Amino acid sequence: MKKFGALLLACVLSFSLVGCGNNGGGSDDAASGSGDVSGTVALNGSTSMEKLVNGLKEAIVETYPNLQLEPQFTGSSAGVEAVTNGTADIGDVSRALTDEEKAGGLVENIVALDGIAVVTDAANTATNLTTQQLKDIYTGKITNWSEVGGADQNIVVIGRESGSGTRDAFEEILDIADQCKLAQTLNETGAVAAAVQSTPGSIGYISLDALNDNVKALQLDGVAPSEETVKDGSYTLQRPFVMATKGEVSEQSAQVQAVFDFINSDAGQEVISSVGLVSAK
Amino acid sequence: MERKMTSIIANRKTKSMVEKIAAIIFTCCAVVSIVAVVGITAYMFVSGTPAIFKVGLTEILFSNVWAPTAADPQYGILNIILTSIVGVFFAILIGVPIGILTAVNLAEIANPKVRNVVKSAVELLAGIPSVVYGLLGILIINPLMYQLELMIFAGSKTHQFTGGANLISAILVLAIMILPTLINITETSLKSVPDDYRKSSLALGASQMQTIFKVVLPAAKNGIMSAVVLGVGRAIGEAMAILLVAGNSVNFPLPFNSVRFLTTGIVSEMGYASGTHREVLFTIGLVLFVFILAINLILTFILKRGGEDGQ
Repeated sequence: MKKFGALLLACVLSFSLVGCGNNGGGSDDAASGSGDVSGTVALNGSTSMEKLVNGLKEAIVETYPNLQLEPQFTGSSAGVEAVTNGTADIGDVSRALTDEEKAGGLVENIVALDGIAVVTDAANTATNLTTQQLKDIYTGKITNWSEVGGADQNIVVIGRESGSGTRDAFEEILDIADQCKLAQTLNETGAVAAAVQSTPGSIGYISLDALNDNVKALQLDGVAPSEETVKDGSYTLQRPFVMATKGEVSEQSAQVQAVFDFINSDAGQEVISSVGLVSAK
Repeated sequence: MERKMTSIIANRKTKSMVEKIAAIIFTCCAVVSIVAVVGITAYMFVSGTPAIFKVGLTEILFSNVWAPTAADPQYGILNIILTSIVGVFFAILIGVPIGILTAVNLAEIANPKVRNVVKSAVELLAGIPSVVYGLLGILIINPLMYQLELMIFAGSKTHQFTGGANLISAILVLAIMILPTLINITETSLKSVPDDYRKSSLALGASQMQTIFKVVLPAAKNGIMSAVVLGVGRAIGEAMAILLVAGNSVNFPLPFNSVRFLTTGIVSEMGYASGTHREVLFTIGLVLFVFILAINLILTFILKRGGEDGQ
């Protein structure tokens, strides 16, 4: 019976140990002053921006304890729709706004840039692809590196799973949504990098921040991927993350302005780089 | 002179109470697993059926186009189901002869020294985490398969090169993974064959091999069958190892195609799936659950028949 009691006690103890969470590691570096902005800001839009927006949502309370972000993720176009008809204060759009949308009174506030690096194994002799060649490789029209200036070697096309933000961005930018013929569909950026590294003749795409020395980044139209080339726009495999507002930011409510102030603060920029994006500043 | 009692256990009244409380606690523990099974079953059906109504059962089960995030999404998992069936079938086909013969060796032939070595190897094999099998597959099987692929499809314009991540790699990894299950259960059932059978057979002039294949194996038939069925269960439920070696693109299960299994289908897309896509992943889980349920029913049936035979 004594043993039994001890066993029970052990069980109870082990349960009580579970549940020691960590309480948020946000930055303590606050934007200038105002902790007095309170209220809620409704955001709606792109699922690709979910990580960014949720990151901002968590971090913003450190600077503005009373400011609540209420994000929904229904797609870029739904975000445009929502901010146009006023059901959301900010529309999250993971592409540039069209002229039509701008004419409708929306202002394109680019908060971050999402760059994607195309990588191959280190031994590959090909160094540069044109956008068209990249498209053809991923849609299965080009199957050998010799067709794009490399050695006579088959191309092993590696991509991400449906629903992945990187895949979403890659296919959207190249306009090859759901036409990709992938030889390997992996579910993590790290897995793609590892597979590319170990498979001769492979090609894969990873978000820019995951680029490392074990794989070789290919130039696209002669431009190597880097934070600078993404920022100056010369590297084209990128897309802007837009937080669209109806009218200029300065015309918005104090709450919405606080959100943009936060994004421009050091803490906000930290969130942007922590989710693997390039700052638009 | 009565000794003073210090132990509560020595007291008759408290003793019977202790018995009762212990019985209640044991029952509670037993109920936990029942609750878990019922809960999982209920949850699988509750979360797996909405997509069936939204997309349609035939559309999910009998279409082979899997494009869950397309503008016009398609949720056909026929290729995924076929891959699981084909993959497990061939894994069993490779694993069962090796497993049974190893078990025969262990139970009938091997001397104690060899037996100890093989036995501990099998036990170690059983204890290796499945992800390690996957890593081994990436390091050893995939490069070999890639070489083979380059040789077989040299100059082919239509074949899509997968870098060795294909159905065969997955089958090989699965075949190795189910060996411990097959060996252990088969060995146990071989050992439970009465020694009289062997002695009678040998006394009638049969050789040792004749005895093993004509007498001992048939006598252990039911045990071996349940080993096979459990092996199928293990193979069909495996996710982590084959996620690493199978390539995970949805294709018809041909040997050198990159393929996706039911389990890996769920694992690989659960992270970012939303809406109907997510619900269909639960439906895949339901399909998997039904497979496992069927396997267990078959197992129960075999064991029951075995029991009747014995009477």
